[in-house]
Amino acid sequence: MSVLTTRRLRPLRKTLLGVVGLAGFLVVWQSIPTLGLINPQYLPYVTDVLARLFEQLVDLAFWRRLRSTMTSWAIGLTVATCAAVVLGTVVGLVPFLRRATHTIVEFLRPIPSVALIPLAVLMFGIQMQAALVIIVYASFWQVFVQVIYGVADVDAVARDTARSFGLRRREQLTHLVLPTTLPYLMTGLRLAAAVALILAVTAEMVIGNPGLGRMIELSRSAGDAAGLYALVVVTGLLGLTVNLVFRFIERRVLSWHQSVRGEEVR
Amino acid sequence: MTADTGRTASTPRQRGVGSRIAASFRYALGLPMLLLVVWGLVGTNETSGFFPDPLTISEAFVDTWVGPAFVEDVLPSLYRLGLGVAASIVLGIAAGTVIGLAHWLRELLEPLLEFLRAIPPPVLIPVVMLLLGITDTMKVVVIVSGAVWPILLNTIEGVRATDSVMTETAHSFRVSWWERLWFLVLPAASPRIMAGVRQALSVALILMVISEMFASSAGLGYRIAYFQRNYLIAEMWSGILLLGLVGVFLAVAFGFVERRVLRWYHGIKEVNRA
Repeated sequence: MSVLTTRRLRPLRKTLLGVVGLAGFLVVWQSIPTLGLINPQYLPYVTDVLARLFEQLVDLAFWRRLRSTMTSWAIGLTVATCAAVVLGTVVGLVPFLRRATHTIVEFLRPIPSVALIPLAVLMFGIQMQAALVIIVYASFWQVFVQVIYGVADVDAVARDTARSFGLRRREQLTHLVLPTTLPYLMTGLRLAAAVALILAVTAEMVIGNPGLGRMIELSRSAGDAAGLYALVVVTGLLGLTVNLVFRFIERRVLSWHQSVRGEEVR
Repeated sequence: MTADTGRTASTPRQRGVGSRIAASFRYALGLPMLLLVVWGLVGTNETSGFFPDPLTISEAFVDTWVGPAFVEDVLPSLYRLGLGVAASIVLGIAAGTVIGLAHWLRELLEPLLEFLRAIPPPVLIPVVMLLLGITDTMKVVVIVSGAVWPILLNTIEGVRATDSVMTETAHSFRVSWWERLWFLVLPAASPRIMAGVRQALSVALILMVISEMFASSAGLGYRIAYFQRNYLIAEMWSGILLLGLVGVFLAVAFGFVERRVLRWYHGIKEVNRA
């Protein structure tokens, strides 16, 4: 009986503690400017920031900016994923290509994508395309590397079996390579989605194409602290949503896979 | 990992060591050379001037970065990067261990940390600028405020996942708290911690560049943005090249350290696989 109740109470306790933690954070934040530790001009009251946040939510201009940010995020992520899946599969399946591209991949991958911002501005000016260059570059590598690992991970016995049963190349791709690669691909996709969002906002801040990032930069230069903090909270919520959505997709797509099934049994 | 498969796959029959080395050399440098040549041809024939050929860039590289600019712009940037990364590692591991060991603390802070981690790190630059003004401290704080999260969260996960049999064994042998921390908890968490440090390094590099593009009159990021605004195309490319080299250097150095720190771990994995 007691075991049963504690088991039922545990998730409740967890949620409760989490809420207490969040509330505590807000209280601490509120008390810092109230006690005069930091000037409210630099760290505004939570109440002001939240009021600003709700003000934004009924402002059409805010939603338009959110839409431009999310549009460049979605286009960049899609382009990067498609390119990475195609190239990663080809390079991963052909040993010659894998060896030949190894050096160039190891050199290009660690280059911070923000280093390309000046180049992107030169090529496209203050437009979404400039942001897309950076988003695609950054998220491409996340997916590409995972796909290469995944394709190389195909079980040798399974491959030999497929070959001796006379599976065609295409059948091998769908029945053998795809199921092996899918967990890797989903990991890469989740990482890429987060990275793409970071760079979508960053590009708007630095390049100045319309979107949430530019609004952040504008409210900073206007000295509008409450607006700035409200937008930071918005980007945090946005990042959280993207993480949760992609984690959910990952679990759905991989519901047949050991890593997900094993968790549910426990 | 890929080096291993390459080694086993390339010796179907016995060949001379010399020819094998030559073959991997050709593989390693073949495609980069080819690309450089293609770039050179495109660069000399292309009219917009945005893609100067590799020779021009390498000349600009030597002219721009070798000399006083290295001391004035590059070293301070790298210094701030190193300081930020070191602070993130210390802070992340210390706080992560405390949070990971205390069950209630973890449940208390989990939603908050998830939210703070989800904030795109560059967004914090204006906030830190507002709080601290445009100083060197601000740039280091910006780097820490972005780079600490992957280390912190991975440390929490790693500490939490310490093998319970080992923890209980340590308890019943009355191993002291500090010894348990040093010989059991931290080593058990170290593979996760290193994965966090790897992520933190790339975030830190990005933040170093952006914080300088934003609010600075010196540094690597500032220089590159300056060259672009003044249409010094070859110089700008040389800056991108230098940033790339810094990135590659960090990746190589990290790989070296990781192999040293996690030697036992990779050893165990090898044994399990065999």
